[in-house]
Formats: sequence, structure tokens, C-alpha cells
Amino acid sequence: MTALDLVTPAAGGTWRFPADEPLRLDSGAVLDGLEIGYQTYGQLNVDKSNAVLICHALTGDQHVASAHPVTGKPGWWTRLIGPGKPLDPARHFIICSNVIGGCMGSTGPASINPATGKPYGLTFPVITIGDMVRAQAMLVKALGVETLFAVIGGSMGGMQAQQWAVEYPERVFSIVVLASASRHSAQNIAFHEVGRQAIMADPDWRGGAYADHGVRPEKGLAVARMAAHITYLSEPALQRKFGRELKRDGLSWGFDADFQVESYLRHQGASFVDRFDANSYLYITRATDYFDIAAGHGGVLAKAFTAARDVRFCVLSFTSDWLYPTAESRHLVRALTAAGARAAFAEIESDKGHDAFLLDEPVMDAALAGFLSSAERDRGLI
Amino acid sequence: MTDIAIREDFREILRLVRPGSRVLDVGCGEGALLDLLTQEKQVDGRGLEISASGVAACMARGLSVVQGDADQDLDHFPDRSFDYAVLSQTLQATRNPRHVLDELLRIADRAIVSFPNFGHWRVRWSLLSRGRMPETKALPMPWWSTPNIHLCTLADFMALTEDLNLRVDASAAFAGQGAARPMNPVSAVENWRTETCLFMLSRNGAAPSREPPPVSGDLFDG
Repeated sequence: MTALDLVTPAAGGTWRFPADEPLRLDSGAVLDGLEIGYQTYGQLNVDKSNAVLICHALTGDQHVASAHPVTGKPGWWTRLIGPGKPLDPARHFIICSNVIGGCMGSTGPASINPATGKPYGLTFPVITIGDMVRAQAMLVKALGVETLFAVIGGSMGGMQAQQWAVEYPERVFSIVVLASASRHSAQNIAFHEVGRQAIMADPDWRGGAYADHGVRPEKGLAVARMAAHITYLSEPALQRKFGRELKRDGLSWGFDADFQVESYLRHQGASFVDRFDANSYLYITRATDYFDIAAGHGGVLAKAFTAARDVRFCVLSFTSDWLYPTAESRHLVRALTAAGARAAFAEIESDKGHDAFLLDEPVMDAALAGFLSSAERDRGLI
Repeated sequence: MTDIAIREDFREILRLVRPGSRVLDVGCGEGALLDLLTQEKQVDGRGLEISASGVAACMARGLSVVQGDADQDLDHFPDRSFDYAVLSQTLQATRNPRHVLDELLRIADRAIVSFPNFGHWRVRWSLLSRGRMPETKALPMPWWSTPNIHLCTLADFMALTEDLNLRVDASAAFAGQGAARPMNPVSAVENWRTETCLFMLSRNGAAPSREPPPVSGDLFDG
């Protein structure tokens, strides 16, 4: 990764909902004065036909192609976005926003509740993927975009992309869903529950009001991240990367991080707490657990997509992804097929696990680049 | 499954398909036929392909292709969602050809199906003279590695179409590198001389399609 891979954001910052337009949530609660942190790259063309919305995953954020302000690391999807890449700021107007409930500029549990002047903490309402998408739709409109050329996301981002097709089929031309699912499985919910319990078991969590006490449940959040991180990898990937390698010569005959894999996970946990809020982790994992598109359509997934017949879908899964296995993507694709939508689907051979969608997978790159460029031709962009 | 035979297949299919129609290509490979049909006949094409690399190649061509196979994934398509369902040189490699053929004509008004004729004289001769499973131009692989698990003769296929109450709208024969020629599918002679055959089928008593099938001088209208 060189500095050349980074894209200068065209604009970004925080967008505030108009005072007379509160966001009505699926839970029935209403959020006033909602703020959304976002970044854009490239320019909207005269026809307003080149806008792409990138939806980030669970712990991602809007810094998709430029350096992260906290960690200084490159954007999380510079493999896809940049000069000469499938999404090129020279041709596309790329938007990425922090989900509501998040902690990178969008209103979330760490934000100040205007009614009390104190952080929301657990008084923040439970949010859904649908709420996230409705907030994005407001931002997109405010940026002058009527119809998006593409909505693209992996994992939880893929859930948002599907939700776009369900709620705003007339406002999207194409949709890319990577390593995702149309509902959270019992196993998905179970892993999230482990993470949440780890956070809540930390004495510094203080019933969610840790900000009032000037502390943070860093240990609990780190453990949540460690457990989750294992689910993003695969057994072969862990074995290849670490095997049984020791951190130093010999065993400690104690509980220090003897093995490289322990040290790696501890590092993942420790660095995560620098950039992520524990309560946000609770709310966002909850939103994905509640996600079940079919449930809102009489239990029939295909019914959710009947209005999305003209939308082009690209769905990709990975052989070693056990978090959102191929069966989940196939379930989505069959529903799209039954709904008469234009769906393309492939299961990519990879041993990198769930995170493969962010990594070097040439077949995925070829499929995605091909899908996008043909959609661009049909859209009259090239 | 030689390239030449498949290319002749394509030419024939191109001739049969109405412009602007909806086509499902089952086992579409890298999308060559769908591409041809999209360009020449402006069809709304979809594909089903078993290999990820084939699907990726199709996506790169802008084709809507889903990874899956004829045996398992046809069930998920709605009734009559296509004008044509194409199954090129694949029927004999499916687990349940009868079900697949039935499904093709549930999904589409017309099925276009091609397969190698196991009644061809070279096949019969190979079995009779050498007592070995035939390896011919149309069936080039040894018995232990061939994907063709349900081979049939022209007469067998006609019996199946009767069993399923299907109508033959068009039929053609191919041999070697030659172009398609008209073929009478119920002729015993054709069962000897036809190496690869292609059919367009519809259900007897089914509602007529919006337009009659194209009339081609080269084709025998059954």
C-alpha cells in the first residue's frame, strides 16, 4: 500500500437532518436532529447518473478510500476504489457514510442527547438496518442524487444494499452484495451475544453509562472483538498464518500470550478499542441480529424484491466463509430469481474466510469489475 | 462435445429464437451463446452455469448469470418466465433428464435442447465390433470420465417427448463440422445417421405463444 493508493476525499464531514424531518425508527422511536458522518470522492456528473453508495460493514466507517483519522491507516476498500480501479473518482461520485448508531460522526449512543445534554448511552433507541438505510437515503438526496448508479456492500454492508433494493428499488440501478445474508442465523446471533455479554460483563461498562463516569469498558470490548475476529477468518487461514508458532522461544508455563495467534488476537482487541465505542458495538450488532428481510414480507423473501425487477444484482459468496455461508447467498439469489430480478451470482473459491471480500481474490475482482463496467455501459456512463 | 458441434448449435438456435424474447441458457459456460443472442436478437438473456470461473466470465460480459446447475436450480424459476429455455449438449449429463425437460417447459414456453445421438451408426458399430463403450467425435471421453451419465438415442428421446406430451416444433441434425440439416426425428434412418440433434419443443395443448415459431427452410417442422 503506497500513498498513491489513497484518494483525496472531495468532501465530507457531518450532515444534519433538517429540523422538521426527524427519523422515524422501526422501533417506533423518533430521532431528532440526526447527524450523519460521511465522505465523498469524485464529482457528481451533469446527468447525476454516476453516484455510488458504499455501505460499510459492522465496525467499518466512511473512510473507505482515504486515510482513517484515528488510526492513520489507508481506507478499508482501496482495492476497489481509486484511479484505474473499478470505482474511479475520475468517473464516479462515491459516497460512504457512517451508519446511525455508529461512532465516527453519525448519531449513536455516544452522542449527546439534546434533551438531557448527556450522552445517550442505553437511552439511545434500538436501530435496524432499515433505519440505517433510511438515514442514508436522506443523505443521498441531500447530496443531489435521485438515483444511485450502484449500492455496494459486504457483510453488514451487503444487508444495507439489499435493504436499498427492498425500500428504494426505483432509486438504484445496480446492487452488489458480497459475503452477506438476508437474515441473521442462530449462529450469527449467538456470536454477537457473546460479544455483547463480554462488554456488559466489564465492570467499567456501568450499565452503559460509562461516559458519565469517565471510564470505558475496554477489556470487554476487546474480548468481543477477539471473538468476532475469529469468525471473520477460517481455520486454514489461521493455520497458514500462525500454526502453533510461539511468540518467543519456549513456553511461559503461564497465561501470557505464548502463541502467535494469541498475540495477534490481543493486538486486534487492543487496537479496536481505540477507534470504537462499546455501546455502538451493542447497537450495531443488535441491528444485524434483527435483520430478516422475509419477515417483513409474509416470510417469503421473493416478495420483498418484486418491485426490484429492473435492478441488476451481483451476489458473491466465498467457499470458506462460515459466518455468512454460500447457502445464505444462494437463498437470496433464488428469491431474486423467483421475483424475476436480474441476478448474477458466483461462489468464489477462497480459504480466507468471511474477510475474503476485502482481500486479494482475483476471481472476485474480475467478476465485480465486469459486473460494474457492464452496468456502466447500460447506464451510459462509458 | 466438440466445439464445432456447439458452434453449429448456436447458429441454429440463433435462427430459432425470436428477436426481443426472454431466453434462459442452462449451462451457459462463459456466455458465448447468450452474448450472441443479445447482440444479434436483442434478447433479454439469463444464464445458469455450474463453474465460478464461467459465471465470472459471464459477469464480465454483462450477462445475468447465476451459479447453479440444471438438476437443482431450475425449480426456483417462476412458471413461464421465459420464452425459450436453452439446454445445449447438457441433457445427457443431468441426473434427472426427464425432470429437467419438464422443468424447462414449465419455466419457458419453448425448450431448445441438443444432445449427442447414441443411436448413431458409429456408436452402434463401436459397441458391436469392439464390444467397447464408444469414443466418437460427439462422445470423445472414456466411460469412466465422461460427464454423460444419461445418454439416449433419437428414438429414446422421441419416446420421452411423447411420454411428457411434448410437441416438436423444429428439429435439426448435425454431423462432424457440417452445418445443420433438416431431420425427421421419427425416422429410423435418422436414428442411424444423426450424430448430434437439436429440438425445439413445446407442450401439447399449451397456450400458443404470442407468435408462431420462425419458419426456416432448413428445418423439418415436426
